[in-house]
Amino acid sequence: MLYEKPIYRLMGDRSLLVELGDEIHMAVHERVRRLFLAVKQASLETLLDAVPGYCSLLLVFDPLTTTSDQIRKTINDLFHNLDEFELPEPANIEIPVVYGGKYGPDLPWVAKYHKTTPENIISRHTQNGYHVYMIGFIPGFSYMGELPETLETPRKKTPRTTVPRGSVGLAQKQTGIYPARSPGGWQIIGRTPLDLFDPSKNRPSLLEMGDRVRFCRISEEEMSHWLR
Amino acid sequence: MAAVKVLEVTSPGPLTTLQDLGRFGFGQYGVAQSGAVDSFSLRVGNRLVGNGENEAGLEMTLAGPALIALREIAIAVTGADIQPQINGIPIPMWRSLIMRKGDRLSFKGIRSGLRAYLTVGGGINAEIVLESRSTNLGARFGGLSGRPLMKGDILSAHTPHPHLKTEGTALPFQRIPSHIPDVTLRVIFGPHQHHFGPEMLSIFQQADYGVTEQLDRTGIRLTGPSIKEKAGLKTSIISEGVVSGAIQIPGDGQPIIILGETVTGGYRKIATVISADLHRLGQLRPGNKVRFMAVPQDKARIALEKLETIIRSVKGSRHSGRRQ
Repeated sequence: MLYEKPIYRLMGDRSLLVELGDEIHMAVHERVRRLFLAVKQASLETLLDAVPGYCSLLLVFDPLTTTSDQIRKTINDLFHNLDEFELPEPANIEIPVVYGGKYGPDLPWVAKYHKTTPENIISRHTQNGYHVYMIGFIPGFSYMGELPETLETPRKKTPRTTVPRGSVGLAQKQTGIYPARSPGGWQIIGRTPLDLFDPSKNRPSLLEMGDRVRFCRISEEEMSHWLR
Repeated sequence: MAAVKVLEVTSPGPLTTLQDLGRFGFGQYGVAQSGAVDSFSLRVGNRLVGNGENEAGLEMTLAGPALIALREIAIAVTGADIQPQINGIPIPMWRSLIMRKGDRLSFKGIRSGLRAYLTVGGGINAEIVLESRSTNLGARFGGLSGRPLMKGDILSAHTPHPHLKTEGTALPFQRIPSHIPDVTLRVIFGPHQHHFGPEMLSIFQQADYGVTEQLDRTGIRLTGPSIKEKAGLKTSIISEGVVSGAIQIPGDGQPIIILGETVTGGYRKIATVISADLHRLGQLRPGNKVRFMAVPQDKARIALEKLETIIRSVKGSRHSGRRQ
């Protein structure tokens, strides 16, 4: 549900959680994105960071120079003019993926779970466009959705201690990419050669909240074209 | 302004990383703030040697490295009692001291607390990545190429010479924090206290929790009476941003205190440690006992202003530039 007005919750004395809804839903996501971009544009000096989630925006501030009440007031003002805020068009990004084999060790299991073939899983994954709901967990990790029911897959019972960089995974209604080697419990169906996180860039993450993503299938040989 | 070589690492210690006060403004990309877990100690250490508070220093965990001075420098060792020595002779902590070229700095090990800090006049130099020199160990960037200190590393500093005159600057004895094994942490309830019944909120405030071995720069897992969410609620919540000090309650009911390497989370937070007590989290070690005391917002502010007054009373400082 999309809330009529924000619900504010203190997270300690230096951050305020602004809740805008209570479910993973496009309308809630749009509202979060709108408020996030409005906050960024207002470039409030007392604000140290703004972290968008699926349904909320976390505002981190310096408690010596401002108070949560002041932040709340500012956000209320922004919220009331939010519909006038012009939302930039989201970027459309295509992600090349080598599916299956050693790059997607869980593809056979996922196919079996959905009582179909790996080929069908691949075409279902590439047929749909996805929305980047948020970036979190580790730098550049994108939470994308929503998967159609025919791809909705539970997480692995026991998470892997290491998932290789570039791995493309499924978890419930979400799909995502591991930008770096990391522990992880998502079902891995393929790998992308793209560099998803580069800290030397001012915008370090290839994907940003609000972006639209499509996956396209490439062969193992084609993968080498992408790798420098 | 070129940096000059100041220290050579002859032994790295178990986990020594370069940290400043952290990386802010990149949460939207999943980038955590990193930075010194005990920021009080880094800030005081920087002030003692005349640095800006946000200069990078070494965060030394459990035991220290061993280093040789490559030129005359001012240094300070702050944080946990790590028993520092120069050329085998014990030296005081929380004081600006001079190392001469060829002097050897070593540490006998931490007696209480967990993390000590070494600051150098001029600040330890490193490439600024996403506006900070802090090491992000998980994603391997910042600090020394994103990794801990290694044998053979050469540390450099900008214009160390003018800082020599801070020699002798010290934090007054009565201001030195003691790292006792029994810690009361002040918290503000929320953001999800409404997900817990009154009996759970009172258990949370009255119980003693033990610090477990599962402790690193991402968080501290505690053990003690289980905290359960209200009946009918799922064990996890929809992922959202978190700050260090937030106290998560996972499915098993054993609290986890989030530290600065975490940016989002999917568990509810019963309460959050106040800013004035965050630096204490950096000194908790396995076996320590923790109690939580809820305070109102205005108390948190008074406590923080008091802490700031202590830090600002340190006089080796030529700058007072402060972030966070």
